[in-house]
Amino acid sequence: MSLSSSELFRSAELTRLLAGEIRQAVTRPWNIMEICGGQTHAILQYGLDQLLPPEITLIHGPGCPVCVTSLEAIENALQIAHLPEVIFTSFGDMLRVPGAKANLFSARAEGADVRVVYSPLDAVKLARENPQKQVVFFAIGFETTVPSIAASVLHAERNQITNFSILPANVLVPPAMHAILQSPDNRVNAFLAAGHVCAVMGYWEYEAIAARYRAPIVVTGFEPVDLLRGILMTVRQLESGRFVVENAYSRAVTREGNLAAQEMIKQVFEPVDRQWRGIGIIPLSGLGLRPRYADFNALQRFPLTRQSPMESPLCIAGQVLRGNATPHDCPAFGRECTPASPLGAPMVSSEGACSAYYRYQRVKA
Amino acid sequence: MTEHTYPNLQGPVCPLPLQPGPQIVIGHGSGGGMTHDLIVNVFQKYLGNAILNAGNDSARLNGGLAAPPGFQLVISTDAHVVFPLFFPGGDIGRLSVCGTVNDVAMLGAEPRYLTASFILEEGFSIGELESVLASMREACAEAGVSIIAADTKVTEKGKSDKLFISTTGIGWAPNDRAVSGNQAQPGDAVLISGPLGNHGIAVLQARGNLGFQSDVQSDTAPLNHLTQGLCAAFPDVHVLRDPTRGGLATTLVEIAAQSGVTIQLDEKEIPIDTPVRSACDLLGLDPLYLANEGKVIVILPEETAEAALQYMRGQKYGEVARRIGTVVSRSSGQLLLRTALGTTRILDMLAGEMLPRIC
Repeated sequence: MSLSSSELFRSAELTRLLAGEIRQAVTRPWNIMEICGGQTHAILQYGLDQLLPPEITLIHGPGCPVCVTSLEAIENALQIAHLPEVIFTSFGDMLRVPGAKANLFSARAEGADVRVVYSPLDAVKLARENPQKQVVFFAIGFETTVPSIAASVLHAERNQITNFSILPANVLVPPAMHAILQSPDNRVNAFLAAGHVCAVMGYWEYEAIAARYRAPIVVTGFEPVDLLRGILMTVRQLESGRFVVENAYSRAVTREGNLAAQEMIKQVFEPVDRQWRGIGIIPLSGLGLRPRYADFNALQRFPLTRQSPMESPLCIAGQVLRGNATPHDCPAFGRECTPASPLGAPMVSSEGACSAYYRYQRVKA
Repeated sequence: MTEHTYPNLQGPVCPLPLQPGPQIVIGHGSGGGMTHDLIVNVFQKYLGNAILNAGNDSARLNGGLAAPPGFQLVISTDAHVVFPLFFPGGDIGRLSVCGTVNDVAMLGAEPRYLTASFILEEGFSIGELESVLASMREACAEAGVSIIAADTKVTEKGKSDKLFISTTGIGWAPNDRAVSGNQAQPGDAVLISGPLGNHGIAVLQARGNLGFQSDVQSDTAPLNHLTQGLCAAFPDVHVLRDPTRGGLATTLVEIAAQSGVTIQLDEKEIPIDTPVRSACDLLGLDPLYLANEGKVIVILPEETAEAALQYMRGQKYGEVARRIGTVVSRSSGQLLLRTALGTTRILDMLAGEMLPRIC
């Protein structure tokens, strides 16, 4: 029987085999953080945590891009979206993320022109089709979304589409890993690095992190077999006292990554300090537009009122995002805070840890 | 002296009213001559029958038209808005008939009549309206129902979106037929009439912004012949429900809550066509939450499950019916999924709009 690749990487037999190997390899408790929200989602969707031995604790990382987008960025987005000349565009799951009082869905209900696009290039197309309007794209996401955002800025520049701009809020993975490992209450022994981020950026940058903090890092994919293979390779390193970067996702990732994409990112963006929601400012963890592309910065194009929004006092999203608490530790989880009326961002996106727990493990096993 | 040319004032000088063009204009909603012309020349052309054409303000159902003794009336109403109006495998016309026919059928009833009201936006193409009405006629013929009362209103441009159709369905069911969402019992089998998610993906695809092509067709279909036949052959059917918006998962969560039971699904057995699964993988959508417009969930005692499945497979729209789960126990209402890997997770209702994931 021949299996398609998605069937192969979801194979029940292979997952059973890998889970068995993990059980054999493990002798001590280990905390492994999966950085990426997509991996958190897959782990809970397939119930992979139920297949692991009790020694292994998976800590869900801050890798849900909509969850870590700062309150201030969302408030700016809302202000811009409400301007009458603006068509505000965004990836879909950003629309429900709560600001201090409203979200982009409620802005739309109040009359703002807010549209979901699948690619920032669609926003450039909208700008060309609506020359009398200002089209703004909410630039969120990790290194995965940045190449297409950089391409959209370059495309707009090349075609002199001057009514297009972006609201820059992209974030980078490696600075967040430094921040987690340097934190005094850090519990993380090893990382599963996000396969799609590495497909763009490669994994050479992680080698210094693994060596400096003596933490194994394994580049891992998103299907059950990928995830268990990543966990197995991590456990073997931990058990044998090694701490290097290994690649469990070689069908998509090379050490160098996608050089053309990296070049495009470097051309348009430069690292800047960025506020992560629930975490704080992480130095050089965001991407801002280089001065040459400052005309495409929506923050400069529109006059905005500065504000200091406040989070809900009930929400412990910050601790969840840092891996210091699970959603079950939150008194508001499943009560005041549900996917239909989220208090904190991790309850919003299906990649958010709280939402994933709510959907798949509302009742604690 | 200059020569003047004078206009000829011997004929009519008052401008003639323009003949109606190929678009809906506000005058079509005036209630006057244009409305009358639209009803007679367009609506009755497709939907006409003796009761509708009588032209009264309401329809009278008596004698052979009314529910026979021993039967009770079943009524359902549903508003239909869909963008775009035409999508692979259907359109708003077929949807507005099938949606309401199916809602009536889900109580084990035989749908007989529909009423329909049409909200038209100024500027909507009469040609497109005729296409929609033609597919309503076709769906009515397939389902065996007639439209016995109808209404039309026109809004100014921008106050509605092309065409909204609201339909009400009337049917009858034997007095002793107890099919209902609160009848699921522990031990019952859960069946589905066919693969899930096709309508949701077909409509997303028709919006044209997915950036890829597929040939997924909407499953929009009237299920009343399938469900009536099933109820007649298997009087112990407990629940029938069509998993429309919110998909299979949301619908089964509702049934679990209504019946006070825990339902467990077996992921391996849930039929999903490969193109639908691939589209979901690409977009980060879950097929269990995608809309269907031509599928029915059947819950009935274990003893008759296999025979019912065989019966369904012999009927139109039930050819690939599958057993997908079991009602396992009494509870406050919970839906569990046994994954293909042998793990278990909770399935919840869809919270709001289904949003594609960012990466």
